[in-house]
Amino acid sequence: MSEFLEFREVAKRFGTIQAVGGVSLSIKKGEFYSLLGPSGCGKTTMLRLAAGFEYPDTGRIILDGQDITDLPPDKRKVNTIFQSYALFPHLTVWENIAFGLRVAKKPKEEIASEVEAMLRLIRMGGEAGKKPDQLSGGQKQRVAIARALINKPQVLLLDEPLAALDLKLRQRMLIELDMIHDQVGITFLYVTHDQGEAMSLSDRIAVMDSGRIEQVGSPAEIYEAPRTSFVAAFIGDTNFLEGEVTGLLDKEYCQVRIADIPGVICFNDKSMKPGSPVYLSIRPEKIHISRDRPEESRQVNILPAVVEDMIYLGSTTKYWVKTHGLRIQVLRQHFRFFLDEKPIRWNDDVWIWWHGDDGFMLDRYRAIDENLVALPPQKVGEPEAGGEKR
Amino acid sequence: MKRESRQKVQEILVSWPSLFWLCLFFIIPTLFVFAIALKPANPYGGIGPGWTLDNLRALANSNYLTVAWRTVWISVFSAAICLVLSTPIGYYLARVSARWKGFFLMLIIVPFWTNFLVRIFAWKVLLHPEGAIKKALALVGLIGPQTSLLYNSGAVVLVTVYAFLPFTILPIYAAAEKFDFQLLEAARDLGAKPFQAFSRVFLPGIRRGLLTALLFVFIPALGSYVIPDIVGGPGGEMIGNKIAQRVFVDRNLPLASALSVVLILSVLAPLLAVLVLQRKREKPESLI
Repeated sequence: MSEFLEFREVAKRFGTIQAVGGVSLSIKKGEFYSLLGPSGCGKTTMLRLAAGFEYPDTGRIILDGQDITDLPPDKRKVNTIFQSYALFPHLTVWENIAFGLRVAKKPKEEIASEVEAMLRLIRMGGEAGKKPDQLSGGQKQRVAIARALINKPQVLLLDEPLAALDLKLRQRMLIELDMIHDQVGITFLYVTHDQGEAMSLSDRIAVMDSGRIEQVGSPAEIYEAPRTSFVAAFIGDTNFLEGEVTGLLDKEYCQVRIADIPGVICFNDKSMKPGSPVYLSIRPEKIHISRDRPEESRQVNILPAVVEDMIYLGSTTKYWVKTHGLRIQVLRQHFRFFLDEKPIRWNDDVWIWWHGDDGFMLDRYRAIDENLVALPPQKVGEPEAGGEKR
Repeated sequence: MKRESRQKVQEILVSWPSLFWLCLFFIIPTLFVFAIALKPANPYGGIGPGWTLDNLRALANSNYLTVAWRTVWISVFSAAICLVLSTPIGYYLARVSARWKGFFLMLIIVPFWTNFLVRIFAWKVLLHPEGAIKKALALVGLIGPQTSLLYNSGAVVLVTVYAFLPFTILPIYAAAEKFDFQLLEAARDLGAKPFQAFSRVFLPGIRRGLLTALLFVFIPALGSYVIPDIVGGPGGEMIGNKIAQRVFVDRNLPLASALSVVLILSVLAPLLAVLVLQRKREKPESLI
């Protein structure tokens, strides 16, 4: 299917801050599309540009073949779900949902039947007469969804809709959002800083940073084949190892020198020449760890290491090991629990190994990435303290 | 239970001085006014013996009815104009950057540094047949050379609006300041035109401020005396002037009291109506 909502070279500046810098995106009809990035990356501005609350400095926005850049918000067939829900406090649930139809001056009977249908969809028929301040967070969320959907938008814009909910409720609403998307079948543009939400809901994700698109792809592509070090660090955890290509083994594999480790084998998907500096990224769960030395194999890198830290996480354990002066994260899945197994402990000598295919080489490494890599990466996805709102 | 009752006692103790003050200097004198309204006047400007309803009957005089009607419509008009002018100003003040906000708020408050009487009197100069405004308007041809800007009901409305505008801007601004402007975006997003968003979301959102502002103009305007006295002339007289005439010219305190009783009751009536309406609609909240 062809493009439905399209951003063409869209740029927007607020004072000295380039919120969005020449972004082009195209979203297909019926797609669940996420904009994912840290706070201040410009994703909310993108949404506000699509909704019509902001006017781009340059570029056009196309919806279903029509240039909507100059249309005011009320003329666009898109509706927004705000992070704070923005329910009208002086109106009841029923009146909130009916708002869009009322301002459109639809006949009374039509409004009544549509609102009843929406109340059934969000399963809140019993709360129709309540005011927003009498509702729980999840209920407000559902009213906000119904209020937006009743206008039958071509695109539904969602601005961090789950950020204000607690974890359990968020998980339930995630499933509910997914169900609603399947039921109504309209295009969703979803803005979030939470990679878990983006991963579980989206057909495609655009990872944004500093007003630019870093990568667009399916959740699996983004996770398994990040194109830049920013994406690798922002989506999930990873180990970044700085090194240099020293030689080519064959057409597919090359050798990389990292710190004083001479020949780390890596899949050379970028066709790097010997001598080029690279950053090797390896996901913690792709690295194996054990007390016993594994069998040698041509494409497997095996290194001796010492356990420095470990965190037991239930289904997995996370280790930080030291090898050749490098600190490396390893995630180990527990498959079977043997009571007689001697577990790996602090300061134990262990072996770590990974297949050459599981590391990927990245050539870009910018100052901003360094902050991300230096942080414990699990902090990155946490709700941020301010700075995002514009 | 103990703690709650002790809190109650403390609350009463704290409010006792102001309650005492109100009783002594407001409620008791008001009751006196009610009582005097039912007394006959004596020829020396005092109060005669016995009780009578003559004073209240005297109010049915068509002259008083005309003045009462004028008082009401001048007050309604002034209050309406004040609200219409203050709402956009309050909206703007709530949205403008903090630096400008301070500046504009100061501009609104600065006039209070000048004495009220002086400011009202300044209007007399401005509107005078030889005054600047009159001459300018006549020159442009908007009014005839014989039209009088002073000494009519229009002048009273104009000056009342001028005098009370700050009192309506401030509560509306305070309400707008607390308003969540994202709601306007939500309304636009749902298809409301700018004016629909304003009237269906913003105005209900600041309704408490609007109500407070309304009472702030309407009630003092009903009882205003200085403004119609200075710029009103005989065609702009209000009940306040009538009361003053009864006291200072006729020295008829009982009749003045009777007029005051009518005024007090007509001020209390809308206030009570508003309170009852609020009580009915939602949990009681303060007016301000």
